[in-house]
Amino acid sequence: MVIKIIKNFARRIFFALLRRKGEIKLGFYGPPNAGKTSLANRICKDWMGEELGKVSKIPHETREVQFKEEVEIEKDGKKLKFKLIDTPGIATKIDFENFMKFGLKKKEAQKRAKEATHGIIESIKWLDDVNAVIIVLDSSMNPYSQVNVTIIGNLVAREIPILIVANKIDLKKASTKKVAVAFPEYNVVGISAKTGKGMDEFYEELFSFVRKVG
Amino acid sequence: MKKRSGLGKDLTIHFMPYSEIAGEDTISRIKKIMGLILEGKIIILQGRLKPEEETKLIEHTMTLVGNIKGFQGIEIAAISGGENKNLFNRVRYNIARILIGEQDAVTIIGPATLVKEIKRNPKKIELMLEGR
Repeated sequence: MVIKIIKNFARRIFFALLRRKGEIKLGFYGPPNAGKTSLANRICKDWMGEELGKVSKIPHETREVQFKEEVEIEKDGKKLKFKLIDTPGIATKIDFENFMKFGLKKKEAQKRAKEATHGIIESIKWLDDVNAVIIVLDSSMNPYSQVNVTIIGNLVAREIPILIVANKIDLKKASTKKVAVAFPEYNVVGISAKTGKGMDEFYEELFSFVRKVG
Repeated sequence: MKKRSGLGKDLTIHFMPYSEIAGEDTISRIKKIMGLILEGKIIILQGRLKPEEETKLIEHTMTLVGNIKGFQGIEIAAISGGENKNLFNRVRYNIARILIGEQDAVTIIGPATLVKEIKRNPKKIELMLEGR
């Protein structure tokens, strides 16, 4: 118990120092096509006037880790600065033929598959370098996928704070509640990165989430 | 070098008791699992891997996709007795887990060419196989 208190205290000081230096490394994690880059783009557009990366309906569009240094957001006179790290979606299987269904030629599809496997490995390696994570899930899909459980399990083991975003609430089948029920230990905020719905609540959650980190 | 996996043979389900991996380190566990997967077997593991072992398994899987002919990756799902317990039972469960490992969980791992999808919810796992 005493060790835990000391550990938590040390962690709070560590994150407080990081926050003061503006060195919060906020990772965006989740399965492919959940909307990680769409959310990153929305944040970058809202606060910096430019987007971060390309988005597509074809899975594994983001195949390399993308960064935006010194993203600064402001709310009620308070400022929050962080490095945004958008990671490729983590999956357990890649079939190039799936990409061909989206109109890619065989060679393009094979190249994309190869890059996607590298991207997944890179995402996993980056788990060692982030100090706060936003898990982006597609709220119209089953939240109980093992990839989601694995990512969260790894973050918990590393004591990295987590905020869960249930994205795509503009879709008919979407359910923020379903995501919240699946992960009752975490704060879940429903948004649509595409339409901007729920972004005010998201920024509010982000501020209190980072305060908890510190 | 392209290697050929054992995928495409008859469907075999391999039951792996927890004792089979209990004394092994992460690398040996993953080697054992991947060996069976590449033979085209579906593994039902008593217990579950640690989260960091699951990510190592995914990393290892990704290094093999594209290098082994016909191998597209894996499907994996675990269901645990620790889910949906109240606080007191969760504490008891976590103590037991530290002492003897998470043996009341079940993990299914199979090659993606055989296992189309594993549907998981807190109470059950459904294994959807590819049409053969």
